[in-house]
Amino acid sequence: MSKLYVARNTRVAARNLDGEMMIMSGKDSTLFTLNKTATIIWQSADGATPLDEIVERRICPEYEVDPAAAMQDAETLARELAAHGILDVSENPITPANSQPANSQPANPPAGESR
Amino acid sequence: MQALISPIDCLHLSIEIGGIPIRVNTTDADFLNMLQNRYAGFVGSSEHAAIEFDVDLFTPGFVDPDADVRVTQRAGKWALERGDFRAEWEPARRTGTIRQSANPYSIDAVLRIVHTLVLAQEGGFLMHAASAIRNGKAFLFAGVSGAGKTTISRLAPSDATLLTDEISYVRKDGRKDVKKQNLSYVAFGTPFTGELAKLGENVSAPISALYLLAQGPENRIDPVAPGQAVRELLANVLFFAEDQELVQRSFHAACEFVSRVPVSRLTFVPDARVWEMIG
Repeated sequence: MSKLYVARNTRVAARNLDGEMMIMSGKDSTLFTLNKTATIIWQSADGATPLDEIVERRICPEYEVDPAAAMQDAETLARELAAHGILDVSENPITPANSQPANSQPANPPAGESR
Repeated sequence: MQALISPIDCLHLSIEIGGIPIRVNTTDADFLNMLQNRYAGFVGSSEHAAIEFDVDLFTPGFVDPDADVRVTQRAGKWALERGDFRAEWEPARRTGTIRQSANPYSIDAVLRIVHTLVLAQEGGFLMHAASAIRNGKAFLFAGVSGAGKTTISRLAPSDATLLTDEISYVRKDGRKDVKKQNLSYVAFGTPFTGELAKLGENVSAPISALYLLAQGPENRIDPVAPGQAVRELLANVLFFAEDQELVQRSFHAACEFVSRVPVSRLTFVPDARVWEMIG
């Protein structure tokens, strides 16, 4: 069975607000709120760590679930997130240049000065 | 000897909203006069405009009143289009042109769009909200049409200064001492009116609270979780541009605002007692 790699899409903006992970699509301004499992996948989606490893290390200990069932659910979830443009999914590692930090900030923080 | 070609008089005025003077050049004295009346209280004579627009007036033909606004950027130049106007603006040169008929609505739309673009770059925004100053602090009352913006504005006591009953102007406050007071955003008065049809005062104050309006059987203020606050704030922010970077900036600006300014739900019955809870 081939590996599945996930990476955070650079075309979205993300913030963790009081434990709630919010994602906004830069393409169509749609706002998403991730549930706990989706948040774990988002935070771990560095493009280099295979999804099964994320499930084994981060999801299974959190929920005490059967690894095979958890992997199936995680893959479904990752593909759903990919369909919304939140994640990139590939059978090959995804280079860091194409992914973004888990809690992204603007490249140039807005100036704080009043004119 | 009499000159064969007389120079065209270039008339201008500066419309200063949110502390950002925008100079408008025209050759039409009637149009200038109309702008002076429309933006009374916001007209200055600043020679140091942040942006300068040449207005090219034309005789209107067919105008689709339902045409959508399109705001796009290419090669550092913004194009703003609606059925009744076409404008261009080049931020690096601080200049632009507006082609429209001699009416106040088209340039009003252009000004709103330009301000949203300027503010998006610096972490501020325009939003559907009434706002007022009381005891030196600004309070915002956000909501869609029918939520109560006009009602809360109409009920404001005499010691409150109305900034707007429709479109609030929010900028980050760069003053260092303000951060110690946890007041890091400033609300400015705007000439953008709603049903009250009354221009706001051209003054500003640090924002103390954002209230999300709801009408109900009693006056009460309830906390709103940060995520929900961001959702409702973004639903009320004016945004026109089809631009990925600005969308992301606006999202971060909303998150930043919610992390610094208390956001609550204000449920109220439409009488003046609601203002006893504000200020």
